[in-house]
Formats: sequence, structure tokens, C-alpha cells
Amino acid sequence: MASKFINITLKIWRQKNGTTKGALETYGLNNVSTDSSFLEMLDQLNEQLINERKNPVAFDHDCREGICGSCSLYINGRAHGPDRGVTTCQLHMRTFKDGETIYVEPWRSRAFPVIKDLVVDRSAFDRIQQAGGFVSVNTSGRTIDANATPIPKADADKAFEAAACIGCGACVASCKNGSAMLFVGAKVSQYALLPQGKVEAQQRVLNMVRQMDEEGFGNCTNTGACEVECPKGISIENIARMNREYLKAIVTEE
Amino acid sequence: MCRSRNTLSDTLVDEVSGNIIDQCVAQGVPFAREYGGLLDNRSFGGTQVQRTFYAAGQTGQQLLLGAYSALSRQIGVGHVKMYHRHEMLDLVKVDGKARGIIARNLVTGEIERHSAHAVIIASGGYGNVYFLSTNAMGSNVTAAWKTHKRGALFANPCFVQIHPTCIPVHGTNQSKLTLMSESLRNSGRIWVPKKKEDAEAIRAGKMKPTQIAEDDRDYFLERRYPAFGNLVPRDVASRAAKERCDAGYGIEANNTNEGVYLDFSSEIYSKGKQAAFGQGDHAPSDEKILELGKKWIEEKYGNLFQMYEKITDENPYETPMKIYPAVHYTMGGVWVDYNLQSTIPGCFVAGEANFSDHGANRLGASALMQGLADGYFVLPYTVSNYLADEIRTGKISTDSAEFDEAEKNVRDQINTFLNNNGTKSVDSFHKRLGLIMWNKVGMGRSEQGLKEAIAEIEALRTEFRKDVFVPGSADELNPELEKAIRVADLIELGQLMAQDGLQRNESCGGHFREEYQDAEGETLRDDENFKIVSAWEYKGDDIRQEELHKEALNYEFIKIAARNYK
Repeated sequence: MASKFINITLKIWRQKNGTTKGALETYGLNNVSTDSSFLEMLDQLNEQLINERKNPVAFDHDCREGICGSCSLYINGRAHGPDRGVTTCQLHMRTFKDGETIYVEPWRSRAFPVIKDLVVDRSAFDRIQQAGGFVSVNTSGRTIDANATPIPKADADKAFEAAACIGCGACVASCKNGSAMLFVGAKVSQYALLPQGKVEAQQRVLNMVRQMDEEGFGNCTNTGACEVECPKGISIENIARMNREYLKAIVTEE
Repeated sequence: MCRSRNTLSDTLVDEVSGNIIDQCVAQGVPFAREYGGLLDNRSFGGTQVQRTFYAAGQTGQQLLLGAYSALSRQIGVGHVKMYHRHEMLDLVKVDGKARGIIARNLVTGEIERHSAHAVIIASGGYGNVYFLSTNAMGSNVTAAWKTHKRGALFANPCFVQIHPTCIPVHGTNQSKLTLMSESLRNSGRIWVPKKKEDAEAIRAGKMKPTQIAEDDRDYFLERRYPAFGNLVPRDVASRAAKERCDAGYGIEANNTNEGVYLDFSSEIYSKGKQAAFGQGDHAPSDEKILELGKKWIEEKYGNLFQMYEKITDENPYETPMKIYPAVHYTMGGVWVDYNLQSTIPGCFVAGEANFSDHGANRLGASALMQGLADGYFVLPYTVSNYLADEIRTGKISTDSAEFDEAEKNVRDQINTFLNNNGTKSVDSFHKRLGLIMWNKVGMGRSEQGLKEAIAEIEALRTEFRKDVFVPGSADELNPELEKAIRVADLIELGQLMAQDGLQRNESCGGHFREEYQDAEGETLRDDENFKIVSAWEYKGDDIRQEELHKEALNYEFIKIAARNYK
């Protein structure tokens, strides 16, 4: 990996907390290695700010390998930035040019209020999961043998593709309606495709959709932006499957 | 799993591992299936048979999401109350028993008192003491270390697992290392050039790995360990890679030349040929073989290959991956008894945060198994058993001298940092600590190096306390303050790790003392003197004063023998 170094200008959203107004501020940053990840570039900026005795930029991050779903930056007008199939932490500075100006904003959605700078509160997703994103089984150690219920490979594979969702919220941030239906569709599909999840599929989809609406997420109008920006390539087929599940549930509900 | 409690490792493997898979499947974890509908298996490091269940290259992530969904259900029905963005900063003891914690709300900065009849710590491992590791950035030792400072023994701190298959370091701004799943060692062959001049040419960018003839490649794991080959345990594979790079055969053009190849071309060819035969083509062209082989690889490891390409900008279907060992897992942790209770009554410790199951060397696919076993199948019984004696204890008040003292302790530390007015960032100290740990308490350790490390860490701690600069205030989201509190604990822990490594005059598992190796560079254990768990007791601010307690290890079910992977 032969590193190159670039100089960039950053326009970053700064907001003290959820009750104050924010604004874009401009920072210059030199000698950024093209092998650095986007978050490592922000580390470098923060080191510079700390040395100038200024407040560093707050941003969410944890695993830095694309699996925890906490990094959530809107870069140059796109969730997780210009590259495809990546989270912000997997975006590398080689994607940018020397001298480029880069805009960095938090997720924009009413259901994800800003906590500080680039950090948003995504606990709405947790509440949707809590409403039904599970199979009701206790940890008794007395469940049935995992091989007692054969699962067709095609179903297991599709369930796995839906389960790859990391709940980052890029789908919501990218959607002009602020819809969370790719996220909810992925969760509903994962369980609806597996025999162990089918038993309570009807109640699950009704509960999760109800919670999704209560949280203030918008509806899907099939623009497909979510699928394009999803770092895990979750297909909007899952939204269609959720809609089928929902219709089935609503007409058969007792 | 040498230097672990035999009965406990045995329980983990024989009795509950099957239950865990059943439980996870019942929760909706989408494990890979065969065409017949049954669970698929594959092999993993340290084993010679295919016995591991999996969900593509992200089994751990899927098990975690399964646990998250089960937890979400309990939150939904009101059995569990979740405190997001909170961090435990002290343990509160009343009459010798764990009775609560002090926590900081990371958004508002509010210091909170929480009382309880028992406390369970499940805060993960301390690999971030090396600054660079495969751990998430938020992983830290603080909850476990505060428990240690309140009297819980800390066991085997020097046992650290260095994982062989990580992407090499790119430069000084590197913030963490990415693990390429160990499952790749099933299909990849690890090599470096046989000739030093080839390695130099590669580092200089004058040669490509694909230009090196088969005969000029040194498949060093297959050479040294023909029986296990590329599937030797993690510590063995890591040391072998270090040995080659130290000898000058490393292929990565970073400042330490540390990197070896993980090559999939043989697997692509053989799986492609199988697939062609499967389609009835018994004389396939090379082109077709490669196409089908790459398709097979994509199905099995597609997400990992994509992740690798995103990070390195190289296509691993066409050129071998570059890998190097990195800190991945810490076997040491808070000492617990067989009920997972620490030496503080009522304080239980689960998962990587405790020391219990893995001894000096954890094998593949067992970290989540242990975490889930502890949480699903052990603690529900042992904590209930403890609580049975507390049935007449009423609600515990947070309005007591003990809570006052603990809260003051936390507030004092926070205020000290914010008023310190030093000149250097927290990260700058953390990076220096990491370098000391990696160079002197890493893959190869020596008496002299460990002694130097102890002195250097002590000096670093003094400088950190005097000169760290923490911007911002206490009553807001302040990541620098969070990091400062954690790094203060990591520095103390780092010193204890070096002291623990210094007293253990043997090589075993992840602990390799250079003085204790045979002529072929393999580990030399000392079963007479070190068949023990080393458990350290905190004795105040000077870490050198920590007192060593020894727990003898008894093996009923297995014969003690040197491991032989040849």
C-alpha cells in the first residue's frame, strides 16, 4: 500500500446539543493519508483541534469495520459517503481528491434527533425492534434440536441476507420521506422466512409497523434510494415482503 | 486451552455448546444450511475436523444480533430497563457485598447512583491496551478495573491472543485493525517469498506476488506443521508469521515490513474443478475452472473479500491477501469462581471480562460460545442461588456513606482531568502505551523487555496525570473525557500485565517468553511451577505492590502434554 497524502477542506456540522441551533464550520486539514479511513481522518482533525485547544468534533463510531452500525455520517450529500456498499468507517480517503471540499453532516431525519455535532439518537430503531423484532423463546436450555426443523437452503440464505442489516439508519437518512421501511422490512423478513419465526409473524409485522409509524418515520414510495445507500446491500424485496406480510396480517387479524 | 480449568472448559465444550446452537437457532439466527435443510459445518483454527456451525463470515455478528433481539424482547415486556449511552465508573460495596454502581450518563454528564442486590459485569476484554487491536473503539477495561480496585482479584492479565489474520498496519494514523475472519484459513495458504531479494522487490513495488514461482514460495506453516498446516492454533500461526518477518521476509511496505500472504489461488482452482465436474464437465478449461472457483469463493467469503478490497484497494480474487497478526482477545480478566462470582460477594463477571474458560490460549469460535453460555445458562442459576439468601433484604438505599464515597471518587477523577490543563491529547498517551505493550508485552516477551515495560509504563502514568489535556466540560457529551477515564485504567492494567508476564517463567499459549523455547522455537511450558492461575490483588496506587495469589489447576479428564501440531 503505497500511501499518498492529500490536503482537504472540511465543512462540518457543529451543534452544541439537541436544543441549540447548529451550523456548518470550515476546517483545513493537511497531510491526510489516502490509506486512512474517513474516521481516521476525523481523528486527525480532532488531534489538530485539541492541539489548538478547541473542541473536537463529536461523532459516533465503535467497531470501525462495518458491523456495529454506529458510524452515521452524511458525506457530500450521501449516507456513508460516495462509495457503494460501505459504512463510513469503511470509506477511505483515496475516494477523495487533493484539494477537495468535503461536507459532513449528521443523519437528517425527524425520528433521529441530533445529540451533538454529528451524533444522532437512533433509539427509535431499538423501540421498533422491542415491539416485535424477535422470536418469543426463553433461554431455558431446553429448546428443540436445531436440526429437528430442516430449513430449505434458499430460505436460510434469504433470511441471512436480510439479517445482514446492521441498523445504521442510512436507509432513513437517504429517503426523501424519512422512511424506515428497509430496516423494518429486513427484520420482518428475516423472521418471516424462517419456520421458527413464522408462528408469530402476523403479530410481529403489525406491532413493528405500528411502532415505526409512532416514531414518526415516513412511508415508502419506491424510490429505491435506501437500497442504493445501504452498506449491506439489503434489497427492497424485503419491503415488498413486509407489505405482503402486513396485508396478510391485517385481513386475517382477529 | 492450556492453563485453564479443565472441568470448566469441559462443561463449555461438552455440555452447553450444543444447547447454545439450538437456542440461537430458536431465536432466529440464520445459520448456514445444507441443501438437505440441516445445519452446515466447517473447520476452524486448532482443529482438524469440520465441526463449526457458521453464518457466512459473520457468525459472531449474527449471534450478537440474536442476543440483541432476545434482549429487546425482554425490554419490550418490561423485564429489563436499558440505559443507553451510560458508563459504569465505580462499584459500590456495602458491608463487603456488591450493592450497586456509579454510572455517568454520557449525553448529559449526570452522575447516577444505581443500587442492586447483585451486580453483573459483562464489559468485554481489554485488548485496547495495545491501542491497535481488532476490538471496537469503545472497548475498555474500566468496569472490570474499577471492580478490581474495589477488591476483586484480576487473573492471568498477561494472557492475550494475537490473531494471525488481520490486515496489516497502513500508517501512523491507523486507529484500529481489521480482522479477516479466521474461516479464511480454511481456504487460504499462508506464505512469504523464499528469497529475501524477492521480499525486498515486493516491498519496493518492483514485483508482484503472482510473479513469484511456486518453488520460490515458503508456505511456512505447512512446512513447520504438516499435520495442521494453515489451521494451527492462532498463537502458533501468529508467532510463525512474526518469525519470518523478523528474519526479513515480510512483504508489506509499511515502516515495520510486517505482513505475509494469504493466498486463495489453490483453493480457487480445486473448488472450480470440483464445480465443473459437478456440472458434468470432465475436461474443463482453465478459464472455466477459475470462473467457477471464484464463484465458490464469493459464495463462501464474498463479504470478507469485499471488506478487504475496500480497505486495501486490492482485489483478493486476483492477488493474495496481505495479513499480519493483531491483538484480538484477552483470556485474562476478573477472577471468578465456578459460579462466575468474583472475590466480591454479589459481583458476578461474565464473558471476556472474566478469566474463566480459555486459559493461556483461546481456540476458534469459542468467545461467543463462552459469552452466551455464561449469560444464557450459567448466571440465571448462580445469581438466583445467590439471591436466595437475600430474599429478606429490602430495597437498597442509594443514600448511604458508601454511595457518597464512590460518587465523590468519580467526581474527583472527572474534575481532576478537566482542570488539569495539560498539553497533550488522551490519544497521544494511548498510542505510546500501545507501542510499549506491543513491543515488550506482545508476541515475544523477555525478562529484560518486561522490566523495561514496567518502568516505562510507570513513567508514562506520571506524565499522563500531569500533562493530559481534556477539553470540554463534565455536563455534556464529551468523548475526550470518556477516553481519559478509560486510558487511566488501561495504563495501570498494562503495568500489571507486564508484571504478570514477568513472574510467569514459562511459555504457554499466547504467553511466549523468549527465554523458554526449544531449538525449533516452540513453547516450553513449566508444569511443575506454573500449573497455576495467577490472581492479583490490588494494594493501592502503586501497581508494583499488587499481591499475587495462586490457584492450582487440577486436570482430571485430560493428560497434560505439550501440544504438537506437527
